Amino acid sequence: MAAAHRADLIHSKELHVRLLRIVPDDTRFDFMRFRRISFPISALLSIAAILLYFFHGLNFGIDFVGGTLMEVQTKAGPADLAKMRATMGSLHLGDFQLQQFGAPDDVLIRISEQPGGDAAQQVAVQKVRDALGTEVDYRRVEVVGPSVSTELLSYGTIGLVLAIGAILVYLWFRFEWQFALGAMIANVHDLVLTVGFMSLTRIDFDLTSIAALLTILGYSLNDTVVIYDRIRELLRRYKKKPMPDLLNASINATLSRSIVTHLTVSLSLLALILFGGQAIRSFTTVMMFGVVLVGTYTSVFIASPILIYLGVGRTRLGEAEEPEIPSATPPATPPVPSKSSTPQRRARVRR
Amino acid sequence: MCGAIVTRTIESMLFFTRWKAVAILLTALVVCLFALPNFFSESAVRTWPAFAQRHIVLGLDLQGGSSLLLEVDTNAVRKERLQGLADDVLRVLRQARIPFTGRAVHGNSVEVRITRDSDIETALGKLRELSQPLTGILGTSGQRSVDISDNGGLITLTPSDAAITERIRHAVDQSIQIIERRVNELGLVEPTIQREGADRILVQVPGLQDPSRLKEILGKTAKLDFRMVDQSMTPEQAIATHPPPDSEILDGEGGAKYLIEKRVLVSGADLVDAQPGFDQRNSEPIVSFRFNSTGARKFAEATQQNVGKPFAIVLDNKVISAPVIREPILGGSGQISGNFTVQQANDLSILLRAGALPAPLTIVEERTVGPGLGQDSINAGEHAAYVGAALVVFFMLVTYGLFGLFANIAVTVNVAMIFGVLSMLNATLTLPGIAGIVLTVGIAVDSNVLIYERIREEVRAGRTAINAIDAGFSRALATILDSNITTFIAAAVLFYIGTGPVRGFAVTLGVGILTSLFTAFTLTRLIVAYWVRMWRPRTVPI
Repeated sequence: MAAAHRADLIHSKELHVRLLRIVPDDTRFDFMRFRRISFPISALLSIAAILLYFFHGLNFGIDFVGGTLMEVQTKAGPADLAKMRATMGSLHLGDFQLQQFGAPDDVLIRISEQPGGDAAQQVAVQKVRDALGTEVDYRRVEVVGPSVSTELLSYGTIGLVLAIGAILVYLWFRFEWQFALGAMIANVHDLVLTVGFMSLTRIDFDLTSIAALLTILGYSLNDTVVIYDRIRELLRRYKKKPMPDLLNASINATLSRSIVTHLTVSLSLLALILFGGQAIRSFTTVMMFGVVLVGTYTSVFIASPILIYLGVGRTRLGEAEEPEIPSATPPATPPVPSKSSTPQRRARVRR
Repeated sequence: MCGAIVTRTIESMLFFTRWKAVAILLTALVVCLFALPNFFSESAVRTWPAFAQRHIVLGLDLQGGSSLLLEVDTNAVRKERLQGLADDVLRVLRQARIPFTGRAVHGNSVEVRITRDSDIETALGKLRELSQPLTGILGTSGQRSVDISDNGGLITLTPSDAAITERIRHAVDQSIQIIERRVNELGLVEPTIQREGADRILVQVPGLQDPSRLKEILGKTAKLDFRMVDQSMTPEQAIATHPPPDSEILDGEGGAKYLIEKRVLVSGADLVDAQPGFDQRNSEPIVSFRFNSTGARKFAEATQQNVGKPFAIVLDNKVISAPVIREPILGGSGQISGNFTVQQANDLSILLRAGALPAPLTIVEERTVGPGLGQDSINAGEHAAYVGAALVVFFMLVTYGLFGLFANIAVTVNVAMIFGVLSMLNATLTLPGIAGIVLTVGIAVDSNVLIYERIREEVRAGRTAINAIDAGFSRALATILDSNITTFIAAAVLFYIGTGPVRGFAVTLGVGILTSLFTAFTLTRLIVAYWVRMWRPRTVPI
């Protein structure tokens, strides 16, 4: 028994030394003080994002505006963009764009929606196929007619609103309404900034972007909920602690987890951005921006401080309350061995 | 008192009865085993029992292929219904010998004026017979197929909305059957054809690189009629003046115009077979066909009565050829020649065998991926998955040591279970779907991180190792549930609104959340519980 214990101690000590501590134990950062900076910054950035959306616009993909997208690969050497442009120009298909896509022999062709309804789009595709002939490999052809694109756009919008509503109701159910509202403000702020980012970088805004936005919404909330959970726990435990201190304590307590989790998520996303191929690069880039950059910042600097303004714990200051419950967390530790053997003994009995 | 509480929580968190432990491991194992068929060749899997054959389907973006979304022309269905109603009105009133004027289609209804006021009641009575009660899910719904109103001798017949909706539904069903036949005739492998919404049909053909021919075949209504050529005047005269009321001007090959009677002698619906072939005299490609008995009788009668006169073979309101009947055709078979290429003759016989669509189809969306891009995407997805997993596994090891290893075991089982569940669902794996799995690896360890960080905290708060582990689990699991449900809601919404690749992402994301909840609540706990039982640690190595 004693020998086993010694071995155990050595074992755990060894491991302990090797481990990497990303965040030191017991951090005491005063995150709440930053709200006087973070709130104005976020407000400014949000306004900038909204202005970008209205004046710079989004680079809507064919999912939402209709039209044709073709990815072709030239069979003989690098693509001659000028020649292809001339060939395309002679077809009189209105606006079109040619763009190198990854490799030098890979070309992305976009043709704007043709007037004349759904059938006209098909005619245009056939014209291009005939003109480019067999000199190229058609890696991808996507044609979205006007009736579908209108629908997809409304589905996407409805989906976002629906998701926000459903999550709001869930949080309201699990927390107080102030928490639900705070989380929503914070995460709509995430979405606004991400849309601004997409406007700035001219990344295609299509169905996968809606998927990215919804994922960002989900994960940012995930993060926020972890901190809120802790806030709720501390609110129950410390009845007299001032709100800013309590929020600081909650954020600091979850800080290590937040950072480790964001590191693992960013590692996954990084692998996807670097090796996942051109086809999903914009999707993963947007998620990297939304989940890792904005999401983390928001949970710490917006979602938590906003609770103060929404009136969580307003009643607690200076009010006479029932005495603090000594509660479960700090020490209160009965001797160990009895407990460690309990499960074992029971199991044996049941055998 | 305090001790009693702690003992109880130990029972709930780190204590597993033997059967419970076995149940957990068995569940994980069985779910993982469902992923097996994906690693064997299809022919090998086919010999397995049916429940074990379910496997993941690669999306068109990964295996290459063509996806077409077709829309049934509901206006044509509506128009045809109105025309049919107008014909019925003519028949009913003629049979009843009721004089009328101004029978016409106006907007969404048919109007007819009864000449004599004394006939109005009888006419209404006769016309009401055209309106049948509609049957809904719960028997008769009280609605009728046609609403009839009378305004001083002007009778208006309007097909009800419910009746039109029913017609459209029927037209879509019929179209699906005919599309199935046409696609099968083309010899395409494993096509899927399914209804989308009220008036759309999704056709997906894996491996099809150039859908031009498919689109052409699907784009034709293939309504074939045999009708007489109206020789009362030349087409030029008819264009200049006015065609006779029972005839119409139709286009032919090379800009030719024909004056054709509206009356149909025999329609394509009476065909039982059509085959491409060559004319024995000049070896031109032709299509030979055979009528069923009704068609053969009608065709025989018509040709007997009209020897020496030209008749027209009309396909989709275009005259293919207008030969002169040299002798009565009694055998019920014949041939169509019309300057076809071999391919055209082939396609026409496919269309005739498959039958006519009830209404024209329009292609409203097309997504085609070549096999090259599909393979590239698979490679990229695999590559990213391995790199992502390796990075996360390594990171967890250096951060949490032994407990990191536990987390990595849980994540590995987790990914295997995702594949198992996807196989059980016969789900479609797309490139964004692979991204969803890679992301899940990053997210799944979050449950472990939450638990471990909580344990660290409890240790700092002065608890003993086992106490801290126990408290870490019990406190973190509530948080894990809360935080994952929000993401699951987002995934569910995405599944609901998304199509194709995006839906694939929603599926893997949602399934990944469920499996990671399972591993966090059972497997990780079980591993740690056994570790505690084996080593009875004084300190926690994290």
